[in-house]
Amino acid sequence: MSVVPAATAGSDGAAAATAGSDGVLLQTAGLTRHFRLGGLLSRRMLHAVDDLDMVIHEREIVALVGESGSGKTTVARLLAMIYPPTRGTILYRGRSVHKLRSRKDVLWYRGEVPMVFQDPYSAMNPVFRVSHGVMRNLKLHRPELDGEQRREEAERVFDIVGLNPAADMLRKFPYEMSGGQRQRVGFAQALAVRPKLILADEPVSMLDVSIRAGILNMMARLRAEAGASLLYITHDIASARYVADRIIVMYAGHAVEQGPTEVVLSRPKHPYTQLLLSAVPDPRAKAVPVSADSGEPPRVIDPGEGCRFRQRCRYAIDECARVTPLPRPMGPSHDAACHVAVADSIEEGTTASAESR
Amino acid sequence: MSTAIITSDAETVDAVATARPQSAFARFTQAIIHNRKATAGIVILLILVIVAIFPGVFAHDDPQAAIYGQNLGVSAQHLLGTTQLGQDVFSQVVWGTRLTLIVTVVVSAIATVISMIIGVTAAYVGGLTDRSLSLLTDIFLIIPTLPLLIVLASYLPPGSVTMIVVLTATSWAFQARQLRSQGLSLRAREFLSAAKVRGERTSYIIFVEIIPTMTSLIVASFLGLSVFVVGFAAGLQFLGLGNSTELTWGTMLYYAQQGGALEAGNAWWALAPGAAVAFMGAGFALVNYAFDEIGNPALRPVRKRRVRKPA
Amino acid sequence: MSENLLEVEDLSVSYLTDTADIGAVEHVSLSVHAGEFLGIVGESGCGKSTLLFAIAQLLSPPAAITSGRVVFKGQDLVQLSENSLRLVRWRDYSVVMQSAMNALNPMKSIGAQFADTIRAHEHMSPVGIKARSAEVLHLVGIDAAHLESYPHQLSGGMRQRAMIAMALLFTPQLVIMDEPTSALDVVAQRSLMTQIKDLQQQLGFAVIFVTHDMSVVANYSDRVMVMYAGQVAELGETKSIFDRPLHPYSKGLLDAFPSVRGPRRPLIGIPGSPPDLGRPPTGCRFHPRCNVAMPQCTTTEPELYDVDDAQVRCLLFAEHAAPVATR
Repeated sequence: MSVVPAATAGSDGAAAATAGSDGVLLQTAGLTRHFRLGGLLSRRMLHAVDDLDMVIHEREIVALVGESGSGKTTVARLLAMIYPPTRGTILYRGRSVHKLRSRKDVLWYRGEVPMVFQDPYSAMNPVFRVSHGVMRNLKLHRPELDGEQRREEAERVFDIVGLNPAADMLRKFPYEMSGGQRQRVGFAQALAVRPKLILADEPVSMLDVSIRAGILNMMARLRAEAGASLLYITHDIASARYVADRIIVMYAGHAVEQGPTEVVLSRPKHPYTQLLLSAVPDPRAKAVPVSADSGEPPRVIDPGEGCRFRQRCRYAIDECARVTPLPRPMGPSHDAACHVAVADSIEEGTTASAESR
Repeated sequence: MSTAIITSDAETVDAVATARPQSAFARFTQAIIHNRKATAGIVILLILVIVAIFPGVFAHDDPQAAIYGQNLGVSAQHLLGTTQLGQDVFSQVVWGTRLTLIVTVVVSAIATVISMIIGVTAAYVGGLTDRSLSLLTDIFLIIPTLPLLIVLASYLPPGSVTMIVVLTATSWAFQARQLRSQGLSLRAREFLSAAKVRGERTSYIIFVEIIPTMTSLIVASFLGLSVFVVGFAAGLQFLGLGNSTELTWGTMLYYAQQGGALEAGNAWWALAPGAAVAFMGAGFALVNYAFDEIGNPALRPVRKRRVRKPA
Repeated sequence: MSENLLEVEDLSVSYLTDTADIGAVEHVSLSVHAGEFLGIVGESGCGKSTLLFAIAQLLSPPAAITSGRVVFKGQDLVQLSENSLRLVRWRDYSVVMQSAMNALNPMKSIGAQFADTIRAHEHMSPVGIKARSAEVLHLVGIDAAHLESYPHQLSGGMRQRAMIAMALLFTPQLVIMDEPTSALDVVAQRSLMTQIKDLQQQLGFAVIFVTHDMSVVANYSDRVMVMYAGQVAELGETKSIFDRPLHPYSKGLLDAFPSVRGPRRPLIGIPGSPPDLGRPPTGCRFHPRCNVAMPQCTTTEPELYDVDDAQVRCLLFAEHAAPVATR
């Protein structure tokens, strides 16, 4: 039992931690994670995430968009405390997440920030009924409930996610359910703890398109009905647009652009965001010819200074190779990390033609 | 990046799997009935268990009673003849079943449990724990059994308990490596990450989340080990390293050798216990094969289906 | 009208299991002209991959063709012996698999695998092999130096292009592709599709492209076939299917795509899930999920009906036109 001075966060984590007055739930500063490549003595480091600053507010859906290798999955794992960051901090309701040591504190965090996984086929233990995860969550995080109350809660969350009749569904085994149903179980498990923030790691990527809509709609409803925020991690910018209030675009471990969804998508400032948008296939629109870019996101091993997108960027200038661009304001709540991006003019609210640095 | 949508393999699996959801037990018994090897193996083991529990039903003579003529051949009164001391061989085989079976099953069970705990913990926890446990496993793997047995036998009283201890100590290591490999392949399964993110303790994850998914491997380990143990135990007892006052098939072999069975032309006295050991081994082996086939449909014998080429 | 390059007639494929025969593909007919790009679209369980494998004669037990013909350049591939098939394979038609990492041998260099493929079908001198390999790599925009590379040294997009190069070694007239872009990111996907279309225009081969993602083929295919539960739901020109989808399933699929451009609309999706092929619904297989189902949809199995240039398997169009002359 650690001895903790009364002034700092004590045993009751929830009471001691506060959301910011502006409703900030989670905030990262300089979040960085590197992986050592090769053996113990190797010096090569893979830079999965570098210097990520992001904010999630209460009752907000934020989309973290990026292709494979962008670092988005690593961010999810960092937030889920699957491994610690190399540098930087994650503050949840004012408390540093990776400094939480006691089992009580750790359980407190995990009970407020659950995660939904990507693969509905491997995210559930095939040996147990689908009620297993929900019941364990209730046992671990809501100990005030007795057996009967737990059963009722389990049925309630299954109802919310649309698995009816709940009592029958709870008794099924994973192999008896479809992919879409299993993902709903994943969300039910997250809801069982009365979450403040749900980390959803590509929850619909492995589902058929016709089923995705149902899950996406459900995610949007969760914010209204359960008052939870969502961090929606995906490579599909179209679905991000559909559910998210704000969007963060990642490339090669950096956040290259962030802002309100409609703003970022209608006035993308970073060349990568522009490339991504032009490449998204849309059955109802004519294909926008994209410049013959056959480049791929780099594996970032021991990178030096400089913008990581410069090899694929047609606007690259000298400075891009020498100085790593930091996020600069492009408009209200809208940043982009690019030396050549031009901010919206404040007076007119449209893109200024003159260079503004 | 694996966001590929599931393709044709899963199409069939889903189609076939959802066709008949039954309870695990029903599927298990179905599978046993359909699989000839399983049926044979189970029958053999059942026979042995019944004989072990009710030896008196099958053999009326006291196996140790040296009351008959010596080295008699096969006859109606002595189905397998008699020993050099005039004991009924058939009786001895029947009454020896119990202890042989007990030693085999106890050794296999304990060794399997130890190897399961050590193997899975090493795989899941990784790092220093993995390295030390693997080192421990490797040490036990290289220790030669016979010298170890001799050393232990000099300190411990001879008998079944010693046999059990020594055999367990020398057989858990191989299993541990196998179970560690399997554990490693499971580590990436998302339901384990999900359990961790829920806040489960490591010990919970190992015992409740990982080990139950490995039941078929654990049962297969147990069965495979039994085949090995029954033969090895008999072999050690034959060498006189067991307790010769206890009646097992191995000690029968010891006495047959000591009593010059083959020189006296009394072949059955030497062959019968050996055949019995083989019989028990076969029982375990058959059930083991069948388990593999039940668990992994790819191993099932391909029955040729009439695939008519359309006209 | 020139003769069709490929004519699939009434093809059915089943999985023959211990307990039951499960129909994965039911009486599918399609045709492909020279130089045409046909997209086959459907979700998991619709049978599109099985159909593809059946056409390419790559089925293995327990799957088997139970009826129908696959007439390629006048020959029924189903009836051909393995030896005769070998003459046709890779020269006249070739296959690109979904995941290059699964199809390529990780232990051999790209060049070695190309050489193996060439030698399996023709005698060619080592110099000729090298030249041809470099040529096809160049076609897909990969530096010939990568002949020495191993698959894991190439990026996902490059591997996939190498697979396409391999499929073009003998400039076949038909290239069959099974979801070649589903493991790729959006930008690589766009680049690959553009490349395929360019090559098609350059070399003139026909393409059958199977995918679960309709939008991928929207701007590249000439015709699209939508499959559901082992059957053809709709077949027609790309433009008409996307502008005016007839089958309620095609409509539902199109409506299920969120779009980045244009106004935000609520997404509807299709409730329920694809049926268990071991026990398909009576009547129309889509009726349990259809929002315009009529009473007769539960009892009558719809045929494939001609509607203008398209074919639709839906009772809504039953009076419209006479059924297409298939089973």
